Amino acid sequence: MSYTALIAKKEIKSYFNSPTAYIVLTVFLLMAGWFFSSPLFLNNSSDLRTLFGIIPIIYIFFIPAITMGLISKEKNIGTIETLTTLPIKDSEIIYGKFWASMGLIVTGLLFTGVHLITITLLGTNVDFGAIFCGYLGLILLGAVYSSIGIFTSSLTDNQIISFIISLLIVSFFFMIQFTLQILPSGLVGFFQYISTGYHLSNISRGVIDTRNIVYFLSLTALFLKLATIVMESRKWK
Amino acid sequence: MIKLENLVKDYGNLRAVDHINFQVEEGEILGFLGPNGAGKSTTLKMLTSYLSPTEGNIQVDDLNIFDNSIEIRKLIGYLPEHNPLYTEMTVYDYLHFIAEAREIDSKKFKKVLKNVVEKCGLNGVISKPIQTLSKGYRQRVGLAQAIIHDPKILILDEPTSGLDPNQIVEIRELIKELGKEKTLIISSHILQEVQAVCDRIIIINKGKIVADGSTEELKSNLQGKTKLTLDVIADEDSLAKIVDYVHNISVHSIKNIGEKTFKTIIEYDSVIDKRAEIYNYIKKQDWTLLEMHRENVSLEDVFRNLTVEEGAN
Ligand SMILES: Nc1ncnc2c1ncn2[C@@H]1O[C@H](COP(=O)(O)OP(=O)(O)OP(=O)(O)O)[C@@H](O)[C@H]1O
Ligand SMILES: [Mg+2]
Repeated sequence: MSYTALIAKKEIKSYFNSPTAYIVLTVFLLMAGWFFSSPLFLNNSSDLRTLFGIIPIIYIFFIPAITMGLISKEKNIGTIETLTTLPIKDSEIIYGKFWASMGLIVTGLLFTGVHLITITLLGTNVDFGAIFCGYLGLILLGAVYSSIGIFTSSLTDNQIISFIISLLIVSFFFMIQFTLQILPSGLVGFFQYISTGYHLSNISRGVIDTRNIVYFLSLTALFLKLATIVMESRKWK
Repeated sequence: MIKLENLVKDYGNLRAVDHINFQVEEGEILGFLGPNGAGKSTTLKMLTSYLSPTEGNIQVDDLNIFDNSIEIRKLIGYLPEHNPLYTEMTVYDYLHFIAEAREIDSKKFKKVLKNVVEKCGLNGVISKPIQTLSKGYRQRVGLAQAIIHDPKILILDEPTSGLDPNQIVEIRELIKELGKEKTLIISSHILQEVQAVCDRIIIINKGKIVADGSTEELKSNLQGKTKLTLDVIADEDSLAKIVDYVHNISVHSIKNIGEKTFKTIIEYDSVIDKRAEIYNYIKKQDWTLLEMHRENVSLEDVFRNLTVEEGAN
């Protein structure tokens, strides 16, 4: 097994050994159930747009919460020293933790998909392409937020501080889309480009454009790189 | 096999390790002794690649810490200070995780586990969560984690700190046992600890090595002086003049403890025994000797002398 997978496995186990995973999955399940039974949902029958609109908001709190302890807790109890003196690279530790968080997010998304089965069975007219794009967008957005959470977790040995900082950064990326109208026109292009909402809505519309994918992936890679640099900074002279 | 060359570590303005040089040979059991804040842990953290030296180099066989960090880590088993553990894991899960990180293949794991469980006396707790274990047992888990891959080098940072006296004895026995087959470095600020298990001691203070030698050597080289305490009924003025009659001694202190009775502390080089000469002088003066008591300066004193003077900041 690669070290990255080893770390991911350890973290996933730890999610399921604590209430974290169960809380996350329950909320996703309840949410799906609520939308499924609400009139709003019935009116749009095979359309998941509302659900897809709510999940990014849920993410703003959930992803900082599931990532806040990933590194800060190890720093706090000192296990970071055992971990980093094993023959494992810091980057493998960071990526392992990232994949664990992604594992939990994707499992949560799968839980929201349970009613897809029902819809399909009912034979309603389902636009599978749109659904696929919607989930793809949410996974990519989850990746960006996770990498932000891991980065802030690497900054401190205090989970709450990590939570607050990542909440702020994540909210920043989320809120940009609502500020575009009040920005001077010269800045709109730039802020639109860095807004997660803009890229997400593009993907959710059912068009998979590499530019949007590149945006999410590079932002993820950037924050994971920053987290690795912070980890390695203990070795700076 | 391990070589530290001109090792320096700065934390901002604070120089925690200041040009340390030493070598450890294969199979040696080295005690790394120093008061709080001496730089022991910092040195060990560099040796285990947790930190990088500000200056200098560490060599293990022909590997060096900058280019071959991962390879060096594979040769080392490490018990960090305060024995950090994933307390929510069971002992089994924790050791399994470490074994996987140490690339012990899953077919061999059972055998390896049985071996460390036996060595570290973990029978009966293997399926318990670590947080339910006593401190002594946690220390055993920490040691098991460090030796699971049968490393050539074992580094233990204050392995008995915080344990009760019975647990200390048990863990020391365990460490002695492990020392038979490995190159071992143990840090401690307790002298008896390193005296009990180590064949060589390095004393460090404020980031610098102040003594380095075998346990025996340190005793004889550094405890140069003998301290002789006399209770004698005498005349104070002439008592002080004893130095004119018996050569190469010095009077450390004279204290009046009763009617013409003085507690006198005399120091001299241990090489020649001065007791007979001193006694003869007292007899010649016709004084009454109530008590004469010789103290061998212990390694404890040596340690204190080397580290305390400025350490009392
Ligand atoms: N991360 C750090 N940042 C800043 N200063 C540090 C750090 N770690 C240690 N120090 C300082 O460096 C010096 C050496 O610390 P070190 O932990 O190496 O000492 P030690 O010999 O292990 O002491 P102890 O017996 O208390 O464990 C101390 O003055 C300590 O305060
Ligand atoms: Mg220490």
